[in-house]
Amino acid sequence: MSVDLQTVKRVAHLARIAVNEEDAERMTGELNAILGFVEQLNEVDVSGVEPMTSVTPMEMKKRQDVVTDGSKATDIVANAPATDENFFLVPKVVE
Amino acid sequence: MSDLTQLTISQARAKLRGKEITATEITEAYLSAIDRANPALNAYVAVTGDKARDMAKASDAKLAKGEGGALEGIPLGIKDLFGTEGVHTQACSHVLDGFKPRYESTVTANLWADGAVMLGKLNMDEFAMGSSNETSYYGPVINPWRRSRLDTVVMPTTHQGDGGFVSAGGTRTARSLDNAQLVPGGSSGGSATAVSAFLCAGATATDTGGSIRQPAAFTGTVGIKPTYGRCSRWGIVAFASSLDQAGPIARDVRDAAILLKSMASVDPKDTTSVDRPVPDYEAAIGKPIKGMKVGIPREYRVDGMPEEIEALWQKGIAWLKDAGAEIVDISLPHTKYALPAYYIVAPAEASSNLARYDGVRYGLRVPGKDIVDMYEKTRAAGFGREVKRRIMIGTYVLSAGYYDAYYLQAQKVRNLIKRDFETVFAAGVDVILTPATPSAAFGIADEDMAADPVKMYLNDIFTVTVNMAGLPGIAVPAGLDAKGLPLGLQLIGRPFDEETLFQTAAVIEQAAGTFQPEKWW
Repeated sequence: MSVDLQTVKRVAHLARIAVNEEDAERMTGELNAILGFVEQLNEVDVSGVEPMTSVTPMEMKKRQDVVTDGSKATDIVANAPATDENFFLVPKVVE
Repeated sequence: MSDLTQLTISQARAKLRGKEITATEITEAYLSAIDRANPALNAYVAVTGDKARDMAKASDAKLAKGEGGALEGIPLGIKDLFGTEGVHTQACSHVLDGFKPRYESTVTANLWADGAVMLGKLNMDEFAMGSSNETSYYGPVINPWRRSRLDTVVMPTTHQGDGGFVSAGGTRTARSLDNAQLVPGGSSGGSATAVSAFLCAGATATDTGGSIRQPAAFTGTVGIKPTYGRCSRWGIVAFASSLDQAGPIARDVRDAAILLKSMASVDPKDTTSVDRPVPDYEAAIGKPIKGMKVGIPREYRVDGMPEEIEALWQKGIAWLKDAGAEIVDISLPHTKYALPAYYIVAPAEASSNLARYDGVRYGLRVPGKDIVDMYEKTRAAGFGREVKRRIMIGTYVLSAGYYDAYYLQAQKVRNLIKRDFETVFAAGVDVILTPATPSAAFGIADEDMAADPVKMYLNDIFTVTVNMAGLPGIAVPAGLDAKGLPLGLQLIGRPFDEETLFQTAAVIEQAAGTFQPEKWW
């Protein structure tokens, strides 16, 4: 399988990365080189093989459903580019 | 007192406890070494001198009272991927500009609890994506090792015998260093360079496809990626969560064992961290390997592999045989599919993990006409080329209609890779010996690799299988190539059997010796 310029632009938008025409053209070549490389996986017989879900066999750990953390609003917004009274500020999303 | 930066961690530990030196003295020695070397090597992206001096002072107070932890007063470098409270933590990406976390990663917290001193944050490939440390926003790290060549020099007879071999005819051969700058490998290139160039006693690193072991091999240092789940991933910037593991890079096997003991722990904040006691890894060093079964996988003999790598591998086999190990040929039939499967699984997980960098909660923000435009512009400006490439691949293979063909297929192949290892371990193999990398360190801005991303990815061909199967792997220096560059061997062990890796690596180290670059910086 290979991707065309339109697909690359669509994927870039899905990934929320702005690309210009030149970026998209370069990425098309690079992505096709990588997709060509991974194509060899199709020759592996995987009939009856389950997809891996956990690399080491382990029971899912569960903890008591109680609050163990919190009251850190100042810490949480401390690194944000724009805040107001412990809220993150973003461009207007509702007209 | 000779240069304190030359001491291994175990040597420094003895001198600190014996009150022959102080934590402040050794910390100052490293800080001034960094000061002199960093402009040339670019290993550190942030030096935390004040913090280091405060920590050293606190260590000295403890040591004076005969107290202190396992690493009391030992100065370490920390890869920029580890969250360090109030200190530069950017995964060497522009998108995390100015980020100073309000928390400490579990691994670094463990090190500080044991008394270690933080010298600063180490350069790396952006988001740990790369095999040469050239994708860092802070520029490439330079390998302290350089190629050397043998020159024949005609010597006036009065200048005989100053280190070269004097021949009867008044000529001598001398090794001279080539000026070409080499990469230290990646992604933990800053960690490997800093350890190799004596800019820290040891360093933290992380390994998703070979990012500890390949740079260790390129710089003549020891690097271990422990079993998935041995170290907590909490507070480490995530790349591919099912593959990422933290581990140390150190100057010798013993130092790596000392560091891993402190780094490893079970952690309620990482549900994939494993609840089993951390053994005393150092105790495994020096134990005989007589009767140990060492597997040699035939699939690791790849086309185009330099003869020197094959020769090194044979040397490793001979050393282990001489020490009484039983050598057995084994087959890991799905080896060649590990790298292509990795380049589906790792980008898929990365595209999801890196979705959080949106210009809202931390780091860079580039204004846009609306919120989506702001996201797209921020991410376009904040991520470098390699990171964008991997996010794009990941987004594509997870997108509607392609998920089964790519991601599901890769996760099935991954189970087959794991099964290969389980089969040989079940047949009684204790440890597997392979080369660590398919070549020695290559040049900065290598044209072939810049032109074809897949060429760069092939650096991880011997290491990536280990991440795919969640196993522990150690890279240990085993010799120099004809150009005087270090080469490493890799040992792969059973899950949570890091002790056998330290035990066997120590035998290789004993036979091969340790390697230091000639100082030019």
